[in-house]
Amino acid sequence: MAHKIKLMTHQVLGYPNFETNEKALEIFKKNNVEYVELQIPFSESSADGPTFVKANQLSIQNGTTVEACLEFIKKSIDKNPMKFLIMTYFNIIYQYGLDNFLRRASEIGIWGIIVPDAPVDEGIQLYDKCVSYQMNPIVIATPYTSEKRLQVLAKKGREFIYFVPRKGVTGSKTDFNDSVREKILQIKQRTLMECAVGFGIQEKADLEFLEGYADIAVIGSKITRIIEEEGIEKVNDFLEEIRE
Amino acid sequence: MAKILEGFPEGYYGEYGGRFVPELLIPVLDELKDCFGKAKRDDSFFEEYYNLLKDYCGRETPLTYAENLTEYFGKGKIYIKREDLNHSGAHKINNVIGQGLIMKKLGKKRVIAETGAGQHGVATAIMAAKMGFKAVIYMGAEDIERQYPNVFWMRNLGAEVISVKDGTATLKDAINEAMRDWAANFEDTHYCLGTTCGPHPFPEMVMYFQSVIGKEIRKQVMQKENRLPDRVYACLGGGSNSLGAFHEFLDEKDVRLIAAEAGGKGKESGQHASRLAYQTGKTGIAQGYKTKFLQNSDGQMLDTWSISAGLDYIGVSPICAYLSEIGRMETAAAEDNEVIKAFSLVSKKEGIIPALESSHAFAVMIKDIETTTKEDIIVVNMSGRGDKDIFNIGEALSDEKWKEFVKQRGDGYGS
Repeated sequence: MAHKIKLMTHQVLGYPNFETNEKALEIFKKNNVEYVELQIPFSESSADGPTFVKANQLSIQNGTTVEACLEFIKKSIDKNPMKFLIMTYFNIIYQYGLDNFLRRASEIGIWGIIVPDAPVDEGIQLYDKCVSYQMNPIVIATPYTSEKRLQVLAKKGREFIYFVPRKGVTGSKTDFNDSVREKILQIKQRTLMECAVGFGIQEKADLEFLEGYADIAVIGSKITRIIEEEGIEKVNDFLEEIRE
Repeated sequence: MAKILEGFPEGYYGEYGGRFVPELLIPVLDELKDCFGKAKRDDSFFEEYYNLLKDYCGRETPLTYAENLTEYFGKGKIYIKREDLNHSGAHKINNVIGQGLIMKKLGKKRVIAETGAGQHGVATAIMAAKMGFKAVIYMGAEDIERQYPNVFWMRNLGAEVISVKDGTATLKDAINEAMRDWAANFEDTHYCLGTTCGPHPFPEMVMYFQSVIGKEIRKQVMQKENRLPDRVYACLGGGSNSLGAFHEFLDEKDVRLIAAEAGGKGKESGQHASRLAYQTGKTGIAQGYKTKFLQNSDGQMLDTWSISAGLDYIGVSPICAYLSEIGRMETAAAEDNEVIKAFSLVSKKEGIIPALESSHAFAVMIKDIETTTKEDIIVVNMSGRGDKDIFNIGEALSDEKWKEFVKQRGDGYGS
């Protein structure tokens, strides 16, 4: 069966180390993953759950710098056909300098930017400038986002809306029920954008549930946990299995 | 709000403030902002609030003339605002009672809070017990070790205390964890932030509730001296007691407002929590707001140090960052050894035991005293009492008899 739903996979850079990140990218490429979200670690990752909090902290403790992350991304983009997104917290970009960061990201071939603590109002410059640097700012919607706000989000975002189907932080299980499907359809209809669904996608059944509704499924902390518990090689088995 | 703070986009003070939170939290912050907005325009709400502070917490707190200290220095006339005499022993209860009333309006039944020194946690646990809410308090594992007596009280008041081991295991990490809890449970849960930090409307709301301190200071100084004070001192961690004491005087240009930060082991040591006075804080965005943070060039937050857990924090109120920038609020840092000296002097001269946090305000006032004259009226906001700090002060004073006692008690529990 041909697969319509695309995949976006996630890595916290420098965790457990850049070599593992590199291997992960090779596995993603081999499994025809369409989008890769690379997280530049931040010490106060307050939108993340325990798996990524730990990954962020250990990466920083290992000495990961923003510069090293950008160098790694540059090198990776040259070798891989996937669309690359940077995910990080606002302060990392702010300290680098908004223009400097976006210019650099654009130059190394970044496709999109996700900043969980920059809602569109506060982050307005970030969203606007991202577009002027020819990258796609990704906006986030939740089941609690009002109709009115959805319109605001749609104006600021590009390419796809990242839908978080539940409360809470990254990493824990999501109860995929019919209301999730309804909301996805509603978002697509209102915004005329593609819809990525993230947070809590852990198994093939979750993808099957989203098939025909969401355009992109985001697999985040599940992959990090596989690396931690079973080793990087098992990520390949996991992706093959869910893509079967 | 004071005129000096007006004229900016909502939730901003100069370039500082805002609400940098995940999209998920926007609706609940809107809900809180609207609820607080209505309450602050309603005179009967303030009346209900102040009456509860009066009957339950013992307000108004006295303004004590520190006759012996004044005589000892032979300079300005020193008054002490006695927030230590609040129920729970610190100013933190003012804010918590106010947010408890907001919670009732919101119809929420579960309250979460972060705590550093434990004072805000204890205050929240007290409020939850009184108002019939379930309380969950997040506290850094490091702080739990330093402030176990407060943990003991929180648990005995019926609150659940969760130890946060992430990051530096201090206040900032407790805030991150509380934000995560809120993101998962906001439908029935209120986040009772303890200081004038975090996303809008928290800085404004906490300042509003704490501003009862300054309102009383004005009234009391007028009664005693028939004029306004020349200087008001307060310690500055997140900003709740300093803005509480200062807000009333922000538009009174002749009243000098001086905030005392934790100088720890000194500027050069890097082991301190001074963002403004040492000018080591850099503008950044974390924990839901923009302010001066202690951070490295990549934007990763640094470890902070203070002898007092309550001042040991990477950020500072966006309102304080702005007031400091425009020169309306002066800042100075007191080092640990100066703090201990001030603590001893106030205890021995006045029979009043200040918290280590509040001892920073005394220490800076003492450093400045030479620049005052007998005509000057000085108010020190004593944010809390020090007997809660007995373990830390016993250690800081290196009191051998105390250590022996603790050891014996500990041994008594052995095997």
